Amino acid sequence: MSSQPQAEERVAFALPLTMSGASTHFCPGCHHGIIHRLMGECLEQNGLGESAICVGSVGCSVFIYNYIDVDAVEAPHGRAPAVATGVKRALPDRFVFGYQGDGDLAAIGFSEIMHCANRGEDVTIIFVNNTVFGMTGGQMAPTTLLGQNTTTSPKGRDMDKDGAPLNMSELIASLDGTAYSSRVAVNTIKNIKQAKKALKKAYRAQNQKQGFSFIEFLSACPTNWKMTPLQANEHVGTTLMQRFPLGVFRDTVE
Amino acid sequence: MNAQSDTVSLIKGNEAIAKGALAAGCQCYFAYPITPQSDIPEYLSGELPRQGGEFIQAESEIGAINMLLGVAACGKRAMTSSSSPGISLKQEGISYLAGSELPGVIVNITRGSPGLGSIDPSQGDYYQATRGGGHGDYRMLVLAPSTCQEAYDLTIRAFDLAFAYRNPVMILGDAILGQMKEPVLERRETVDTSQEASEWALSGAKDRPRRLIKSLYLADGALAEHNERLQAKYQEMHKEQDWEEFATQDSQVLVVAFGSVGRIAKSAIRMLRGQGYRIGLFRPVTLYPFPSERLRELAKNNSLITIENNAGQMVDDVRLAVRNVSDSAFHGVMPGKLPSAEDFLTPILHVWEQNSQIAQAAER
Ligand SMILES: Cc1ncc(C[n+]2csc(CCOP(=O)(O)OP(=O)(O)O)c2C)c(N)n1
Ligand code: SF4
Repeated sequence: MSSQPQAEERVAFALPLTMSGASTHFCPGCHHGIIHRLMGECLEQNGLGESAICVGSVGCSVFIYNYIDVDAVEAPHGRAPAVATGVKRALPDRFVFGYQGDGDLAAIGFSEIMHCANRGEDVTIIFVNNTVFGMTGGQMAPTTLLGQNTTTSPKGRDMDKDGAPLNMSELIASLDGTAYSSRVAVNTIKNIKQAKKALKKAYRAQNQKQGFSFIEFLSACPTNWKMTPLQANEHVGTTLMQRFPLGVFRDTVE
Repeated sequence: MNAQSDTVSLIKGNEAIAKGALAAGCQCYFAYPITPQSDIPEYLSGELPRQGGEFIQAESEIGAINMLLGVAACGKRAMTSSSSPGISLKQEGISYLAGSELPGVIVNITRGSPGLGSIDPSQGDYYQATRGGGHGDYRMLVLAPSTCQEAYDLTIRAFDLAFAYRNPVMILGDAILGQMKEPVLERRETVDTSQEASEWALSGAKDRPRRLIKSLYLADGALAEHNERLQAKYQEMHKEQDWEEFATQDSQVLVVAFGSVGRIAKSAIRMLRGQGYRIGLFRPVTLYPFPSERLRELAKNNSLITIENNAGQMVDDVRLAVRNVSDSAFHGVMPGKLPSAEDFLTPILHVWEQNSQIAQAAER
């Protein structure tokens, strides 16, 4: 824990109370850690630490509960939106959020996410799109870019055989239960600031019971992209954003 | 508990389960339609919200079991129901419930299988229910009603057991039970369950350290330790063994059958008793834990025949229970065929005759 500031000193950077302070297990340059941190900050700034219930998922973020220090339950692979639905129906006044990767949400859990959004559940889902199955060794995900090499698309993703990448934020935005859907990134300071605004908006949608809120984070996976952290960070801006443009795709939050 | 006015109504087994759930204080119910259990979601879609609860027609059985998992993590009473193919889809979720030590009630009103099978009665899911069904070395308490009244009563008991053991509990019925109508006495008691999970449930980390509900144990030795704890719990469940005995006071041949088949066997036994045959019935009510001790005792004075609406599943548990003391004959009615009391007479009498021959040989 940090020491107390001296009289003229001002705290510029403190650990949010919603975070444990444990150092993360993520690879160098992975964006999961930045996204965790942003979520922790926003939970604290919105006074949600004591009412939040986190629904974890299966993927590289499986240990989210070691870092974000709020009540948490672990969902089976892909089922976080259904688990979050149960939590919210049981405790409608708590702040309920899920955190899922692209294999978890857009492949095995596609049905649960679409129906959770379509029912307009008052929950917030954070979707981390790194275009691969990170945890299991970098296999092809529904979000893998056309031509992208992965361990199960060694010749690159092929439109004819594998279909095109899924743009989840746009899909979710087309559903009437959705109050807020946007895509953000954490590759630059500007984008991080924008992402924080999006998180606050999503939290507001839930707290005012305006419906389902969804934020897609473009995220670097240097390990499975076989890049250095810096290259991977750049790749998010130069390549991922071409297929997955940042923006707000639905916003009915008052 | 406050006893309120009791009422008797003529209802289907499915409705009895739905009403039992309401009487038990079930707050959330999730399901995906499938015959022959759809009366349960149809009834609860109206009645549960009227009583302040939550009903969702889930996108799938997978969705439903995971919604239940979410409610269970908050320490509230929840139920889901389905029939055989849908129960197969729920297995991963049930394994997570067991691994995370979460309470919940799962109803399986079975149908003919394998595959899409038929909507006829079947007891083909006995193994799946009693062996865990999903991945891993876990167990569920499994309760098998044979009448509508028992369906009502056991549903209430299922919720109490689920919370007592922090474990999923299954009600295993079949199309006969789900669809037949009988008078059911509803004991309208209001039970205060608001504090039953206050020690462990999620509610937001206000004025206490945060809580975590999970089934992942990666640290060295942690999973083995977790499994040891679970196994100790399953051992403790053995005190919940329950069964029905009928005409066992002087019986020489004992029919072992569960659920609807147990009830049909009772009719067969009545017919045979009318002709002077001393036949009894042993009907396990808890399929897990299987009521082994009492069965073993009865096997000392009885020859056994197990009758099931499948190719022989519970008979394994019967034989395990009586090993080194006795054995059991088996009569199976294939799923897809409605068992009848008349069909049971010949196989039971066959065991009776063998038993008499053995007795005579012993006398000579
Ligand atoms: C039912 C089931 N199938 C497969 C797996 C194996 N598995 C674990 S994580 C994962 C994919 C994770 O990828 P993603 O959701 O994109 O998250 P990331 O690791 O990239 O953050 C898979 C397939 C599992 N745990 N459960
Ligand atoms: S494999 Fe990729 S997603 Fe997983 S921790 Fe490493 S960089 Fe992050």
